[in-house]
Amino acid sequence: MQRFFERLLTMDRRIIFVVIFLALSVPIFLQIKIDIQVTSEVQILYDALNELSRGSRILVSCDYDPGSEPELQPMAESGFRYFIENDLKFIIIGLWPQGPLQANKALEMISEVNEGFVVEDGDTLYFGHDLIVVGPDTIRYGIDFINLGYQVGQELVIQRMGSSFGAAFPNDSWYGRPIGEFSIMDGLNKLSDFDFIYNLSAGYPGTYEWVQFAVDRFHVPVGAGNTAVQAPLVYPYLDTGQLSGLLGGMKGGAEFEKLVGYKGRATLSMVSQTAAHIFVILFIVIGNIAYFATRGKQSKRGL
Amino acid sequence: MELSGEIGFWIAAFFTIGIASFLYKDNPFYKFCEAVFVGISAGYWFVSLYFQNMLPKLFDGLGITYMFGLWDEKGAIQDVLAGQWNINILHILALVLGIMMLMRLIPSIGWISRWPLSVIVGSTAGLWMVTYFQSNFLSQLRQTVIPLFDMNKIHGLAEVGTNLAAQGKLIPFDIYFGAYLGNIVLIVGTLTGLIYFYFSKEHKGALGGAAKVGIYFLMITFGASFGYTVMSRMSLLIGRLYFLFGDWLGLVR
Repeated sequence: MQRFFERLLTMDRRIIFVVIFLALSVPIFLQIKIDIQVTSEVQILYDALNELSRGSRILVSCDYDPGSEPELQPMAESGFRYFIENDLKFIIIGLWPQGPLQANKALEMISEVNEGFVVEDGDTLYFGHDLIVVGPDTIRYGIDFINLGYQVGQELVIQRMGSSFGAAFPNDSWYGRPIGEFSIMDGLNKLSDFDFIYNLSAGYPGTYEWVQFAVDRFHVPVGAGNTAVQAPLVYPYLDTGQLSGLLGGMKGGAEFEKLVGYKGRATLSMVSQTAAHIFVILFIVIGNIAYFATRGKQSKRGL
Repeated sequence: MELSGEIGFWIAAFFTIGIASFLYKDNPFYKFCEAVFVGISAGYWFVSLYFQNMLPKLFDGLGITYMFGLWDEKGAIQDVLAGQWNINILHILALVLGIMMLMRLIPSIGWISRWPLSVIVGSTAGLWMVTYFQSNFLSQLRQTVIPLFDMNKIHGLAEVGTNLAAQGKLIPFDIYFGAYLGNIVLIVGTLTGLIYFYFSKEHKGALGGAAKVGIYFLMITFGASFGYTVMSRMSLLIGRLYFLFGDWLGLVR
């Protein structure tokens, strides 16, 4: 037995990599269903969104890049789907250069019609770009949603929006036209004119800055979706009520998908993640047993 | 199985497998992918910095692009030459500070770069001082000074309590226990954590015991944080596997 434990401790780490690879990949093919329990932090965010009246305007700040796509993209997709189904208008911005592009990708993903165009009042509107179709709902760019793109300046952009939104984002990013030309922007002069902020964040600048400037200085409620690495850092804001809900990592995304009623990539990935976690826990337990079982022998050898 | 016909997917798959090959051992394939990634990242950020920052914030603001007919709005240089002193003049100040910062490249006059650096440090400290105090100190402190039992602390509990009371029932013990325990853990964790970082007195006796409890709280916090990190890395790997098996190989939807 002792020798078995010794061999375990000197096992080639590549065996562990293979086991984790199999634990993650096999469930992808099996399509097993798993029951997802909704935690209170996700429920708080969902409830906060539910309290918004129809036609409310939400500022969506996509502060992440493709590196965090597996965790945050499902939150963007389910969030947009929820906004569209509940007649909430949304204004997309990004404090990260690639964030607004990720938002476009999410909209294209949830749009059920991505080909063809219609001509309305002399304007050519393309499906999947100007018109997003989700079930019976169709939203139009500039009226129901808009993408204002990225603005450099990190937290100073939030500070600037607090006094003048147009100064921080003078033009939209798709057509480069002044934001005053779009009806969705009517009456939105500063940050406090928004009803809610939905922030998807993978680091700096992100949820920290939104809470400290938008919530505490301009008193706009913020609900956030974070990568799992960042989530523990913003939990204190949740307890104090500074943050109106938190989606932590892929698990948070899956819980939100359950509440929204949309089975996306986060829900599908939960089995893989659960399997991998079980193996990681097993490795930790076995590793500790092997360590303690061989500890006496190692100290005799002076190790 | 339907292999992707898009060249972008094949390139992405090539680099994904190339980077992952490091898990087996260091190899030229990995080295190549790493070098390409670093090079492309540097190029991307340079271009991004120029077009998002220097061009609109400095060259357009100064009026340099206007001088060359590349932009149709006048800048600070044109305003100053016309005798108009407006907010645009700040762009000239930014230019001067920027040039001063570059002086550190010349060792004999490198000290000049300390001036713009002091502007950055001073303005950042001023911006964050009040914000940090309000968000990270006062709000957190207020939330720690709480009654030992607070039903509102647990989401939805107050509502559950009201509904049960309307039916003439008592709140179940486990929910009460959860509400108590959460607050006790919060108070004990905060106090013992603070005691651990109190170094003016040797950690002996009651102080030492409290500091030890504080260490356990810190370790649990780090453990939870590490657990989240593991979860995050797994999520990223799942994303890559979905790309390889789904988008690239077409084995899953």
